[in-house]
Amino acid sequence: MMNLLIKRMSFHDSDFRGRIAGATALLAVFALSACGPAQIPSEINDPNEVANRRVHEFNKSLDQALGGGPGDASEGGVETLEDEAPAKEASPLLIAVSNFGTNLDTPRKVVNSLLQLRPGDAAHNTMRFGINSTIGILGLMDIAGAGGLPEIDTDFGETLHVWGVGEGSYQELPVVGPSTQRDTVGSVVDFAINPLWYVFPWPENLVANGFTWAAEATDRIRYGDTVESILYESEDSYAQSRLIYLQNRRFELRRGDVAEEDYIDPYEELFGD
Amino acid sequence: MIDFSRRSTLSVLLAGAAAVAMPGAALALSPDKAVRLVEALIADINKVISSGKSESAMYREFERIFTRYADVPTIARYSLGADARRASKAQLSAYTKAYTGYISRKYGKRFREFIGGRLEVQDARTVKKSIEVRTVAHLRGESPFKVDFLVRDGMSKFYNMTIDGVNMLQLERTEIGAMLDRRKGNIDALIQDLKTAS
Repeated sequence: MMNLLIKRMSFHDSDFRGRIAGATALLAVFALSACGPAQIPSEINDPNEVANRRVHEFNKSLDQALGGGPGDASEGGVETLEDEAPAKEASPLLIAVSNFGTNLDTPRKVVNSLLQLRPGDAAHNTMRFGINSTIGILGLMDIAGAGGLPEIDTDFGETLHVWGVGEGSYQELPVVGPSTQRDTVGSVVDFAINPLWYVFPWPENLVANGFTWAAEATDRIRYGDTVESILYESEDSYAQSRLIYLQNRRFELRRGDVAEEDYIDPYEELFGD
Repeated sequence: MIDFSRRSTLSVLLAGAAAVAMPGAALALSPDKAVRLVEALIADINKVISSGKSESAMYREFERIFTRYADVPTIARYSLGADARRASKAQLSAYTKAYTGYISRKYGKRFREFIGGRLEVQDARTVKKSIEVRTVAHLRGESPFKVDFLVRDGMSKFYNMTIDGVNMLQLERTEIGAMLDRRKGNIDALIQDLKTAS
């Protein structure tokens, strides 16, 4: 199949221009990657904090309007309810929706891994896509994950990082939530380059993309306890979510590592030990 | 439940970690002690989960486990930051007491997420003067994530915990700082409210 494709490409004159463009793009990716990844800062850079906090309040009220927050615990004593409430568990349907959308979103991640010159990651996710789309019944089940092949999550924000683009300032976006200037640009590009737009005809491509967005929306429910504790049990949910986002994002960009200078030693600070 | 079949891999990894730590290191580091601490913590959490107690009884047990395994006085002092310097001795001890209740309620509550899941010890490594014990959490319906415990060499309790890169000490310094700001720097008001916060 691959051979046939290559043969066809080389025999068609009209494809020649395309190949030149492809080669140029590939060269550009190599040149960009040669610059090395951007420095990952330790500090918080948030010059637009006042505006960001306003967006945060809007996001919180939106979350409450959609049923989040402590408001729904009105029946009976709030304290006993919170105490006795069993750990929320994601329903099988919710997990299936999440798996299906996440699986459909895999080609976008493969494209990003290739742009980052990480063919190993691209192959890993391609294998997952193959297994889950077939044995996993069109991606409804994450068979690959259960078999020890967990998803490697990536996005164009990470691609930009690999190409040497710095984090920029912190942003809280309406509805979407915490981001940085670089990650916001990344999300816009991710939206545009998702292969689903181009392999399916309109309007099926919109439906396919819609499933990937739905999968992301399920996170609010699946990680409900964590989100609730950050948004409604903290006295400064803005500062908490900003710190959590930045630390976790920097950890991801370091491929699951913490920089030596980011390790806190309280004994040294408190007791000079 | 913790998977003890990983033990043999673990000891090999530990031997490796020790070998790396030896040359040039002036300190006698003991990663195995830190690993045993984390293993005991996991075993205690699992014991409570399999006890069949009611959830509210479990939370009280989890709170006790947290204070048993975490160096809470140090975490409390660190969370208060520079404000600790202007606090009186009496204020500091009242604050530490109130903080202990606050932090163990807050994090003990989160141990319930391990019901039906498991925490697996991966390896241990030396970071500055501490040992970092790295574990992976496998929870129901979630992708595995990393939970690391930091233990100062020679100490028998952990002082920091990071979940996928997010560390507790920094979150708590931010939170306590915000609480103090809201009370216009009044430490007594902070102590009073920490008694019921979670």
